Amino acid sequence: MARNDLQGSLDLLVLKTLAQRGKLHGYGVVQHIQIASDELLQVEEGSIYPALHRMEQSGWIGSEWAMTETNRKAKYYRLTVAGRKQLKEAEESFELLVKGVRAMLRYA
Amino acid sequence: MGLFRRIGNLFHRSRLASDMDAELEAHIALRTEDNIAGGMTPREARRDALVRFGNPAVMKERTAGADMALGIDGLWRDVRYAVRQLRRSPGFALTAIVTLTVAIGANAVVFSILNALVLKPLDLPGARRLYMIEQRGFPMNSYPDYLDLRQRNHSFEDIAVYIIGEAAMNTGSNPSHVWMYQASGNYFDVLGVQPYLGRFFHSSDEHGLDAVPYIVLSYDYWRTRFHSDAAVVGRTVELNRHSYSILGVAPPKFHGSELMFVPDFWVPVVDTPLIAMDDDLKSRGDRSLEMIGRLKPQVTAAQATGELNAIAAALQKTYPKDDDGLQFALVQPGLMGNMLGGPIRAFVSGLMLLAGLILLAACANLGSLFSARAADRAREIAMRVALGSTRARILRQILTEALVIALFGGTAGIAASSVLLRGLSVWQPMPNFPIRVQVNPDVGTYTVAVLLALMSGLLCGLAPIRQIFGTAPWEVVKTGAAVTRRKRLPGLRDVLLIVQVAVCAVLMTSSLVAVRGLERSMHSNFGFQPDRALLVDTELRMAGYEGDRVAAMQRRMLDTAATVPGVQSAGLISNIPLGLGFSETAIFADGATDFRASNAVAEPVQYSVSPGYFQSAGTTLLAGRDITWHDGNNAPAVAVVNRTFAQKLFGSVDKAIGKHFLHDSGKQRFEVVGVVEDGKYITLTEETKPAFFQPLAQSPTSSTWLVARTAGDPQNNAAALRAAIHGLDDGLLFTLTTWHESLNSALFAARAAAVSLGVLGLLGSVLAITGIFGMASYSVSKRFKEMGIRIALGADRIQVLRSALGGALRLLAIGSVAGLLLGMAATRVLAFIVYQATPLDPVVLAGTVMVMLLVGLVATWAPAQRALHIHPSRLLREDW
Repeated sequence: MARNDLQGSLDLLVLKTLAQRGKLHGYGVVQHIQIASDELLQVEEGSIYPALHRMEQSGWIGSEWAMTETNRKAKYYRLTVAGRKQLKEAEESFELLVKGVRAMLRYA
Repeated sequence: MGLFRRIGNLFHRSRLASDMDAELEAHIALRTEDNIAGGMTPREARRDALVRFGNPAVMKERTAGADMALGIDGLWRDVRYAVRQLRRSPGFALTAIVTLTVAIGANAVVFSILNALVLKPLDLPGARRLYMIEQRGFPMNSYPDYLDLRQRNHSFEDIAVYIIGEAAMNTGSNPSHVWMYQASGNYFDVLGVQPYLGRFFHSSDEHGLDAVPYIVLSYDYWRTRFHSDAAVVGRTVELNRHSYSILGVAPPKFHGSELMFVPDFWVPVVDTPLIAMDDDLKSRGDRSLEMIGRLKPQVTAAQATGELNAIAAALQKTYPKDDDGLQFALVQPGLMGNMLGGPIRAFVSGLMLLAGLILLAACANLGSLFSARAADRAREIAMRVALGSTRARILRQILTEALVIALFGGTAGIAASSVLLRGLSVWQPMPNFPIRVQVNPDVGTYTVAVLLALMSGLLCGLAPIRQIFGTAPWEVVKTGAAVTRRKRLPGLRDVLLIVQVAVCAVLMTSSLVAVRGLERSMHSNFGFQPDRALLVDTELRMAGYEGDRVAAMQRRMLDTAATVPGVQSAGLISNIPLGLGFSETAIFADGATDFRASNAVAEPVQYSVSPGYFQSAGTTLLAGRDITWHDGNNAPAVAVVNRTFAQKLFGSVDKAIGKHFLHDSGKQRFEVVGVVEDGKYITLTEETKPAFFQPLAQSPTSSTWLVARTAGDPQNNAAALRAAIHGLDDGLLFTLTTWHESLNSALFAARAAAVSLGVLGLLGSVLAITGIFGMASYSVSKRFKEMGIRIALGADRIQVLRSALGGALRLLAIGSVAGLLLGMAATRVLAFIVYQATPLDPVVLAGTVMVMLLVGLVATWAPAQRALHIHPSRLLREDW
């Protein structure tokens, strides 16, 4: 079975966010996840950073320091080629999980 | 990229931390701004931002944790932790590192020597196909035989010959003493070398036996003597007063076909009659050339040997007198065939084995050290396990410690060995022969040393693995020390310690045997008295003397030497006994007609001596008379023989006088006029050999040694004698030494053996001491409490000691006995190198036992003291 823990889901959310929105800082990622999920997914905002750091070390995302619209220095992340591949795999494995859980719930 | 970034992170940990802080700060600020925009007061906004963010410390911790899970940072932390741990127990760390330094150093040195002399062929292109051609187990061949072999064989691409020789070189000012290869024209082509400057000589330069006035300089000689002057090619120099032009310079690292000889230049072998000593290229029976051939690619050594021996059979038929029993064999080149190669290969391989044993002993030691340490840390480890650390994590920590020690020890060992080897490479063990042991350690040596270090580190680190995995944390935490029930079966550690003690005893036995042999050979009967004697080595050809002038000059030298104050008598001999040169010849019974070698009655060593030699050398005349000036050119041929010769040919000393024997295919018939005592002639380890001495006048040679017997310390007369000889002809090159100095070359092998075994023995005993010490002190400290109780209950000192040290001493005894027996077996090999090496010598036996007792005493002294000074009352109160 595919790797489907909480961490895996957070990775998927982050990767998907960066795929949809391009360059984004950590706060932006958190905001996007909240808005895009209709406030259904509430992550503890700090927990995004260990995930970002780990993904960066794995080479899925890259980063650079840049200025925000409000002239604040922030670290911006973007998807790399490896990250795009990872995203595809994560999406597929998530579909599997959903399918599996649904099938399980429907079983009576 | 990820990996590099991770490694980069290691060194930028602080930067990463500040990055994280900035990122966190930005996040809070952005959220606060949004909150304010949403209508909160600034204070509320910031508070909300912080709450939503969660605990920043946890976030940072988890970010760093993400790194550690990736491994590299964890390793680095382990290394730093290991270094810190080691620094906290310097005694342990130092012992372990020194042990490893000693073992790795010894192995690197011995391996380099093995690599240089045994494993690596000559440093030449395609050297694996180069073979030396030996004749009847002896690397010397005659020139006519060589020409026949070269012409008739189909196995070799080509065969070259060479002689090692000396000459006087005059480049304009004063003549100097030089060493050379007299080499056949194809020599450089067979070896496959290209000149550095100018050109080499080739086969096409040779025209029969006519002299060819060319020489090729070695790179080193060109550099030192001609200051790297490129214009030297074509210049004319004088060699033994004959004109030669310099043809070229050999490449830097090329020293010819012998590994231990460093020549100054090469000269065509056909010039031998012109410039060198009495080697005769025309005589088939005069064997003085070494032969080296390059096999054709598709031919095996066995096929080539077969073909050579077919040729040998044919030669035997054609020349029954000279080539009787001729037989060829191919051997590895570089060490004068098997003559030097055999003993050197055996000895160095033996040394390697011993060095390997030392490494084993060191590993055993380290293993014990590590297990003792693991046991001492049992409580700490148990605590860590109880707090949730995995065993794998702890093991990794301990292995890292072992690796750190291995790296330190290995590096120190390699550094020490390269210093030693550099010293060995420039060392000139023999005063009158340019021997060089080229042992520059190469990449291979270093690789082997590092691998050995890492491997022993890992092995030792793994030694306590069972201990760690078998530990039940609650037990340890409860009782204090690890309660591991000692099985009465000997454990791996006991076996290792026995091996180690045995190795030490083997080394001790063999080095004592070698030293005793050396001592005995210093005091054995050489058949001459080297005390109070000076030697003057001359080759009159080097100064241009030829024909009758040679004998006249020799007579003048003798007369002059005898008038030097302090000199009692003087005499000449063609080769100094136990020097490097000698000649053996077949002799036949009086009346013999069949002069094939198989019909010879003996093959004695042959010398030419002047009147006064025996008296000056201190050789006792047993019967008959000495050689006199009346035994001249036209007088009947006479000879003085040694006792063995007399007994072998004529039954006894007295019967020999007046009898005859034949030499040189019956062309010479000698009357025995005197008998002298036996002596050592070629090597110290030889069996008693027959020898005969002819009058110098009847068998002239330009190369002689003058022996001058002095009244007192010969050093006092050396200057006067030197001046007197110099006064006769200031262009004459000669070396003047005391006879004892000159004996160095004969004693060299035995000395080298004694020294190397002694050093290894010392290292071995150091390791044995630390090993026993480690075990004894460990056993004492583990049983402190038990012994305290025993003392409290009234045990006396002996009983305490027995229980504290009994185990260690028992192992010592077993190891020593095993080692002594093994050593006795091993020293049989030494008998080839060292005179009268026998392990069944009471001094050796007692010496070894004494040394081992001493080792035991030194090693157990401190632990015994500790055991004896236990205060039971204090001990029982304290928690150990």
